Amino acid sequence: MSALSVALTGNPNTGKSTIFNELTGARQKIGNWPGVTVDKKVGVIEHNGRKISVIDLPGTYSINARSQEEQVVSDYFKENKPDIVVNIIDAANIARNLFLTIQLMENGIPLILNLNMIDEAERHGIKIDMKKLEDAFGMPVTNTVGRSNKSVRKLLDVFTNAVMSNYKPSKLISEHIDKVHNIKRSGLSAAKIEEEIISARYDLIDKIMAQAVTVSAAGKTLTEKLDSFLANGVSSLLFMVAIFYLMFQIAFNWIGQPLADLVGEFFDETLAPAVAESMAEAGVADWMQSLVSDGIIAGVGAVINFVPLIFTLFLCLSFLDGTGYMARVAFIMDPIMRRAGLSGKGIMPLIMGFGCGVPAIMGARALDTHKDRMISILVTPFLTCNAKVPVLMLFAAMFFPDNAANIVFAMYFLGIAVAILMAKVLSTTTFKEHQSTFLLELPPYRLPDIKTVLLEAWEKGKGYLIKAGTIIFAMSVMIWFLSNFNSDGMTEDMDTSYLAGIGSAASTVFAPQGFDTWEAGAAVVTGIMAKEAVVSTMGILYGTDELSTEDEDLEDSANTLMATSLGGAFTPLAALAFMVFTQLYSPCMTALGTIKKETQSWKWMAFAFFYTCAVAWVASLIVYQGGKLLGFE
Amino acid sequence: MTLKDTKPGMTVRIDSVGESNLKQRLMTMGLIPGTRVEVLNSAPLGDPIAIRLRSYNLAMRRDDAAQIEVSEVG
Ligand SMILES: Nc1nc2c(ncn2[C@@H]2O[C@H](COP(=O)(O)OP(=O)(O)OP(=O)(O)O)[C@@H](O)[C@H]2O)c(=O)[nH]1
Ligand SMILES: [Mg+2]
Repeated sequence: MSALSVALTGNPNTGKSTIFNELTGARQKIGNWPGVTVDKKVGVIEHNGRKISVIDLPGTYSINARSQEEQVVSDYFKENKPDIVVNIIDAANIARNLFLTIQLMENGIPLILNLNMIDEAERHGIKIDMKKLEDAFGMPVTNTVGRSNKSVRKLLDVFTNAVMSNYKPSKLISEHIDKVHNIKRSGLSAAKIEEEIISARYDLIDKIMAQAVTVSAAGKTLTEKLDSFLANGVSSLLFMVAIFYLMFQIAFNWIGQPLADLVGEFFDETLAPAVAESMAEAGVADWMQSLVSDGIIAGVGAVINFVPLIFTLFLCLSFLDGTGYMARVAFIMDPIMRRAGLSGKGIMPLIMGFGCGVPAIMGARALDTHKDRMISILVTPFLTCNAKVPVLMLFAAMFFPDNAANIVFAMYFLGIAVAILMAKVLSTTTFKEHQSTFLLELPPYRLPDIKTVLLEAWEKGKGYLIKAGTIIFAMSVMIWFLSNFNSDGMTEDMDTSYLAGIGSAASTVFAPQGFDTWEAGAAVVTGIMAKEAVVSTMGILYGTDELSTEDEDLEDSANTLMATSLGGAFTPLAALAFMVFTQLYSPCMTALGTIKKETQSWKWMAFAFFYTCAVAWVASLIVYQGGKLLGFE
Repeated sequence: MTLKDTKPGMTVRIDSVGESNLKQRLMTMGLIPGTRVEVLNSAPLGDPIAIRLRSYNLAMRRDDAAQIEVSEVG
């Protein structure tokens, strides 16, 4: 027996992914704003010995293929005939949600109407008579609270081959469909026909609402009260800065960084010496000792130190994501984004870019126009993704110990400023002919689901760790090899190594920026693979000299050793220029691949690489030369 | 009067939606003649604005709101 296929469809932000995750145990991203899911996703479960494959679709207001997400959904229904289609409806927002329901029925798609968020509907005094709704559509009606596993799993018993067999569209619906056919044959212009049909759908909704739904008049909702501060007038700007600054303090000063320091201490003072000692005792070959201590531990350790910081940052981001505040940020930022030729909605994928550029680039699909999508994709790489955090933090802590968190905050800000500036440049030069729009549903504020927040932060933290254990591990081995070997075999003098050759070739272009050492050049090159590799490279190159001098004083952590040699390699101003360059230059390999996939063009991928490098080069030049003119060094 | 000329706190009824390439999207979101709309709040420089209709909140730019003819109700 083949699997029973069940497709989840509905308006954005109605809880489709929440239900999908509860049903299948998957970890689709959930957030309290419209447009989180941009592609379809399949999950398979077994229930009572029967395989059920569930499909999570992007949320859409209609299936007219006006946006990329609508395209995904309408293509899906053209190409597939799922056994069951479940229309997930936000019960607290049923009037507008039924628009899609009716459109789906016009297309001859039988539906289960699942009223989700009945907890919220109840709170808002909205009563829905399920029996009457069933009669009005002639389709089965169920209800759920998406965040409750028990409630969602009840759906599984509904998903049977026979469920739809006793239902057929009601008289009300067939009359509406006849009406739509008549409008289509009326000989009006295409646009007029569409408008007439839209009006007919809302007429029908009003009729059904009158039959099956009672709304007891409520006063101002909590959301409206909050929005009169958080999304109204000038105060909204102050709140926004305060909220992000608070988040930043939590991650970089209060919780994340102190925990990261503990991990760093453990690595440097306990693990590294213990491993070195036991290898020495066991009589492991010298090159192997060097590979493990100076290569793997130095390279991977430099990245792993930051896990608690990254985890805390994600915890904050994911919490904020669940509150509904992100949509307000889009609202507040729209005037600025518009002047840059973008739309406020563009903020949402960009905010994802503070985690990782890859989902952010894919998230651009949720934007309304081709222009918005392209610009968003091309400016995302300027933002501070989690892989850049170790680089910034390492340099800030070393060269500006008194102001580390502020310097990092400034780098985040620089990334945003350059992204907005370049959006402006791109929209006036490359994509000028198109117009951007802003039409955004503002979801109600919600208390984030703690399970979702923890799981997401955990997943992201795990992803970061896995990357450290795979890509960064492999790169550390490679960097160690390249920095310890040359054509004559293993060498004591790194300056004659392969890597020195590669690095010094690359570094020649950085002479005007003050960081033209081969080590910096090598770090820049390896950073294209993965930004964390910049830190690994520094760890390996600057950690190693001192360790091999067999300093007996094990209290002296590798980090301090690294600090002294790395500290000597850059002047503070050159270090700042290097931070600026790393913040802005080329997206990593994975992000480049994603750009290729999303734009379906090698040309745009190459463009993304070269223009970000050029911008980074110029920006770091301005910082270094400007700083020198002002008398810094 | 158009929706652009309204102030936060006002309640209006939509009379018509003007021709623009956004018209169908606006209508899909429920902005059709006869719909009751409350004007809620606005971003720092007064644009975009947030409105409430059919039990949900929607943000839009003033330029687009200028396409929507409304009249004030109680
Ligand atoms: N109160 C309440 N909140 C819910 C319920 N179901 C989901 N949510 C919340 O609603 C928000 C949206 O959930 P998602 O699952 O991301 O919605 P979606 O339909 O997949 O959204 P898109 O992918 O943007 O179309 C999240 O903040 C959920 O925690 C529910 O039954 N009750
Ligand atoms: Mg989703």
